[in-house]
Amino acid sequence: MTVLPKWADAILIPLLSILISFVISGLVILYLGLNPFEALRLMVTGALGSSYGWGYTLYYTTNFIFTGLCAAIAFHARLFNIGGEGQATLGGLGAALVCLAIPWPHWTLALPAALIGGALFGAAWAFIPAWLQARRGSHIVITTIMFNYIAAALMVYLLVEFLKPEGSMDPATRRFGPGAELPLFSDIFGLVGIPFSSSAPANISFFIALLACLLFWLLVWRTRLGYEIRAYGHSETAAGYAGISPARMIIVAMIVSGALAGCMAINSVMATERLVLNSVEGAGFIGLAVALMGRSHPVGVILAALLFGFLYQGGGELALWANIPRELIILIQGLVILFTGALDNMVRMPLERIFLMIRRPGRQGA
Amino acid sequence: MSDSSGTAGRPDTVVPAIELRGISKSFGHVQANKDISMRVMPGTIHGIIGENGAGKSTLMSILYGFYKADTGEILVGGEETEIPDSQAAIAAGIGMVFQHFKLVENFTVLENVILGAEDGTRLKPSLARARSLLTELAREYELNVDPDERIEDLSVGHQQRVEILKALYRHADILILDEPTGVLTPSEADHLFRILKGLRDEGKTIILITHKLREIMDVTDTVSVMRRGEMTATVKTSNTNPQELAELMVGRKVLLRVDKKSAEPGRKVLEIEDLRVVDDDGVERLKGIDLELRQGEILGIAGVAGNGQSELLQVLGGCRRATGRIRLNGEGIDPADHALDGQVWRERGVSHVPEDRQREGLILDFFAWENVAFGYHHAPEYQKSRWLMDNAAIRRESGKKMERFDVRPPIPELAARNFSGGNQQKIVLAREIERDPDVLLVGQPTRGVDIGAIEFIHQRIVELRDRGKAILLLSVELDEILSLADRIAVMFDGRIMGERMPDQTSEHELGLLMAGITDTASAA
Repeated sequence: MTVLPKWADAILIPLLSILISFVISGLVILYLGLNPFEALRLMVTGALGSSYGWGYTLYYTTNFIFTGLCAAIAFHARLFNIGGEGQATLGGLGAALVCLAIPWPHWTLALPAALIGGALFGAAWAFIPAWLQARRGSHIVITTIMFNYIAAALMVYLLVEFLKPEGSMDPATRRFGPGAELPLFSDIFGLVGIPFSSSAPANISFFIALLACLLFWLLVWRTRLGYEIRAYGHSETAAGYAGISPARMIIVAMIVSGALAGCMAINSVMATERLVLNSVEGAGFIGLAVALMGRSHPVGVILAALLFGFLYQGGGELALWANIPRELIILIQGLVILFTGALDNMVRMPLERIFLMIRRPGRQGA
Repeated sequence: MSDSSGTAGRPDTVVPAIELRGISKSFGHVQANKDISMRVMPGTIHGIIGENGAGKSTLMSILYGFYKADTGEILVGGEETEIPDSQAAIAAGIGMVFQHFKLVENFTVLENVILGAEDGTRLKPSLARARSLLTELAREYELNVDPDERIEDLSVGHQQRVEILKALYRHADILILDEPTGVLTPSEADHLFRILKGLRDEGKTIILITHKLREIMDVTDTVSVMRRGEMTATVKTSNTNPQELAELMVGRKVLLRVDKKSAEPGRKVLEIEDLRVVDDDGVERLKGIDLELRQGEILGIAGVAGNGQSELLQVLGGCRRATGRIRLNGEGIDPADHALDGQVWRERGVSHVPEDRQREGLILDFFAWENVAFGYHHAPEYQKSRWLMDNAAIRRESGKKMERFDVRPPIPELAARNFSGGNQQKIVLAREIERDPDVLLVGQPTRGVDIGAIEFIHQRIVELRDRGKAILLLSVELDEILSLADRIAVMFDGRIMGERMPDQTSEHELGLLMAGITDTASAA
């Protein structure tokens, strides 16, 4: 029985959840002896007040769209892929290897190649836990968590032992070279005469991410494969009746999921022009919150990714300009995740009751 | 409305245990209850009968505080009572036994009985109180269950008794039972009725929701009939008969027998030899099945549930692997082949209406049109290109199929969950029969389906047979097998006990076969 209209479920509940988390954050800031409205103003101007701020906000947003889609496709198959972090890490490795392999003549060639490299590595890293679940029954939540740690350790090993340039103290690869440089927003908007900060990292990957959202929508709601993935996600028994192989669905959904996480590398690795340790910076985990909040729909994922992009950038600014400890930013982000992801019902239940009351005509006649 | 005239002839001085006045409730554009008024007298068993989707369960959910009525009022013991949630219902002395039990499987009977009604933080006093009450009730009403047994170890009939005990422990004076016999064997059902009569004689009021006429006639004092959200009549049970009630439910005369001409079996379509299945626990479920199915006939498989019929259907539907030999249209098929899934069978012209429409046959959260393509989503006419499905075409076709199968409402954009059980079944049947298969496998086609829809479904199955198709019908309703099948095979313990022609056998003989007794039956 669905009580709430669609718009309330998709928009009102997330908005209320965000509001509650902001109010609680505000109370904490107040307790620290600061003005919460001033803090909010700092965040908004820092994240959205300049093209520089936007450039960072959208840079983070791009990461979160990819990892959000990664979690969302797995959700459709009722799989909880916590391994986005590790898959994005490996995607970074794939993209970096492609960029380092040859001196690319132009970014238009390097970008698709790096995209494929990142997607392949990400998919391969997701394939192993998927295969283990499909054939051996090892639970994907456990294996993907372990694979995050393995990915991180692998990265340290490879960077320190093989990939860092001779004599460097920094566990990072050499720069990829001018042929692998992606056009920044300042370059793109410059073409049509709009000035944009050239020191902000937002780049063409953002549009690739939007394209990925469109392809995601087509895959899930317009293709046979998407139909089968959703059917499997809703009911494994029914899928078996219809001749949809559960093992195949687990593996295919996870490969797509890992590939999407791996695609993030074009933004987090290629745009920064070298591979560093921890290039993912927790985006893989944020992706879970983004997908939950975005109801596993690409439009929702874009909006939720924007919110988290704003929180990342605005939070960074807040730590920089106000006397607020960095940890508080993590607290605010944590509260948003808590309320939008985990405590969905806390908002939903009272809201349903209100809607029932509105819909019921008055009982004055009684 | 005949509610006031039909209150079992009691004097007006008796205050009704429950009185509903002008209850209406709608969900979106579906009006589930329309201006319903009803009086339930204390110390009676009051039946509410109606087709699936007639609004019986909605009405009871309002009474139990799950839904809030749009308009109308509820009087308990003559006093107007607000019932915003089930806590309030319990406080008002109303107890409910659901069709699907709400028990904690790994708790004992005693723990389940006190769950949510503990006296304090310490469990011991509550447990002791419950134990003495249970002993007392067991003596009084044949409500005997071992208080220390775990729920998962109990039979379904016993689990239901625990639900009744839970309600009585909470001091329920009014007990609502929603389709209580749907999960029970006939003898368990008889036992339940004895319990209910005992409770009534002690002064409890019982509301029994069902769509089975026999139960109404057997146990109720008064019966209210619902049709399409309205209460069409309330009559004293002794003043009516099944035929009249059936007409009131459906709104027209119903054929309780299937109208069909005799079968003209053609060539063999499906041949099964020595089919064996061992399940995951290592138990042999099918122990060498031999069957053949011809064009233009309905082969009915009779048997008590759990004797291998489900496994047989699953093998033929591609949901389970087996050993043995199968020939379909003369072509050999290896039932052990893992590539042999539902898709393969469907491509070869075998359609499958599964026994459990909600868990297997439908994705409840999918739209009706998505369900109409379910299992056939690879069909060429549903594809727009190599990758994309032609959703518009599926939607159009679904609309037509749903109308031809009288699915109500015929709206493809509604989620399958929002249809009543009978209409969900029609969606599945529309999908499978409209593919015009060579072989149709049907499991429990009318389980939990109302009379009007049963008639419709039976006609469609007979029509398909008359077009020269082969039908394998599986049903636990012996009546259904007897009236529909052209040939009957009885299964017991994973084997076929024998085959009979419906006009040359009796319920008695089939019953013996179903119990695994062959020699004495033929010797007698």
